[in-house]
Amino acid sequence: MNRTLSFSILTALIVFLIGPFLIIVAASLSAGDTLAFPPQGLSLRWIVKVFTVESFRDSFIMSMILAVGGTFVALLLGVPAAYALSRYKLPFGEAVSTVVTLPIIVPGIIVGLALLRYLVVPFSFSIGVALFLAHTALVLPYTVRVVSSSFNNLRSDMEEAAVLLGATRLGAFFMVVLPNIRAGILAAFILGFVTSFNQVPVSLFLSGPGVRTLPIDMLSYMETTYDPSVAALSALLALMSIGIIFLAERFLGFSRYV
Amino acid sequence: MSDRAFLSLENLTLSYGSSIAVDKFNLDIRKGELVAFLGPSGCGKTTTMRSIAGLLAPTSGRITLDGTDITRVSANKRNVGLVFQSYALFPHLTVFENVAFGLRLKRMPAADIEARVTAGLKSVGLSAFSGRKPAELSGGQQQRVALARSMVMEPKVLLLDEPLSNLDARLRVEMRAELQRVQKETGVTMIFVTHDQAEALSLADRIVVMREGLIEQIGTPEEIYNNPVSSFVADFVGFENVFALSDGKLATPAGAVALHETLPRNAAGFAWRPAGVALDTGPFKGRVKSVSFTGNLREYLLDTPLGPITAEVSAALPVHELGTELSFDLPLKAAAPLQRFA
Repeated sequence: MNRTLSFSILTALIVFLIGPFLIIVAASLSAGDTLAFPPQGLSLRWIVKVFTVESFRDSFIMSMILAVGGTFVALLLGVPAAYALSRYKLPFGEAVSTVVTLPIIVPGIIVGLALLRYLVVPFSFSIGVALFLAHTALVLPYTVRVVSSSFNNLRSDMEEAAVLLGATRLGAFFMVVLPNIRAGILAAFILGFVTSFNQVPVSLFLSGPGVRTLPIDMLSYMETTYDPSVAALSALLALMSIGIIFLAERFLGFSRYV
Repeated sequence: MSDRAFLSLENLTLSYGSSIAVDKFNLDIRKGELVAFLGPSGCGKTTTMRSIAGLLAPTSGRITLDGTDITRVSANKRNVGLVFQSYALFPHLTVFENVAFGLRLKRMPAADIEARVTAGLKSVGLSAFSGRKPAELSGGQQQRVALARSMVMEPKVLLLDEPLSNLDARLRVEMRAELQRVQKETGVTMIFVTHDQAEALSLADRIVVMREGLIEQIGTPEEIYNNPVSSFVADFVGFENVFALSDGKLATPAGAVALHETLPRNAAGFAWRPAGVALDTGPFKGRVKSVSFTGNLREYLLDTPLGPITAEVSAALPVHELGTELSFDLPLKAAAPLQRFA
């Protein structure tokens, strides 16, 4: 391929990937009253306004609880599952790892609808609990995948060495295995957090009065109010994600795990 | 179990599903003895070693250590050390903490741990490295850390999995000396597993040759080297020319061949080392197929009616070119009689 062509493809890719983000950032810095590009004048008033909208604050907290809590529970389930899948030849091991990754493949809308129809409606699960379960299930595949690769890179004879030095199997896991997959677990946590935080389709079905995640709240805000505060919030969230990934890459070499 | 046995394996059997990895293994090991399990991969030597360590539960049989039946004692309570082939050091801990690992689990006072670890590292010559991480050490140094980590626990038995096979030639000599020194100073009973006959011969007091889950022969290095009981052992310890015996004659591709000497009828076969084959003399003829120079010696591979024959002669003698026809002899005095063939 000649240089000019590859250069133009690269440029097109960057414009495609980064362009919308730049437009959002520009729109959020607008001094005008409506969401528009190019921005009308420059000001920080919409950025400031984001922090004063009460529903944004509530739904941000909700999203944080789901993302942090759901990912944490997914890790509690996913780490032992990944350990078992990589260490033992389990009957139906292949099937289990496929089932565990299903939520990635099945469209979120279907997952959301199924949870609503078969969990919330018949068993009168509270929406909050259903939302938490849904986010945990959605994040689980990522934790299993990422942590599995850490386990696969870790030789099992280290645990045996610990046992022969007097450790119990469980002790060996905590003293020898966990410290050596710390980076993998952190990577899984970040990936899970971002996945959950950005989740829309499932959350759409499982929202109710007073129970809303931030992306859903932003959608409904836009239905009634067409000011640049949504752009400002988007820009802030994108910056938060970039910050997290940057730190993760810097300290963990995040891209090795994903 | 004899009175002198310190570690005794009785009818030890291990199977994976329907396949038997080790079949009715019986062995008594004396205190302070250095025993090698020698055999090709898949012979059951590693399986046997792992069951002594408690990492594999035997299907049947009994393991007794220092007068106690340990067959059902869990691995972390046996006080058996194992130096893994991969060393299995803990990468997140320093050399010091690796060696201290077992002592900390014993809840030994900090001052005692400090003293023992320092002494342990000193004895393997790694005092200067105590603050390093394993990844910052060479393979040979890592292995010595693994050795120290096991030895500070004062194990009743020290097991070593292929202790020399990952090392280059110079380090092998060093490690061999190291293991002999450790054994002499501490009197620890040692068992090591190897597929390398030279390693077993040079290090062990006694060698157990294994094949397909069974013991083929137990003996001192001299016995194994000079008097292999079977064609398998003979082949394994460097008898390149092995023949079955039928009706007092050698069984060869060209049919039964009589030697000019009368062969004893009670042997199942005969084996000659390359150095035992006499060249340029005798009733047999062969054509030179390849020549290789090995330093003091020159090795000839001959194409003969008896099948391929390997012979070794002094490199000082003139070279025979490829394709030359040579006469050779298989003298009875250089032959090892075999009790079992195949």
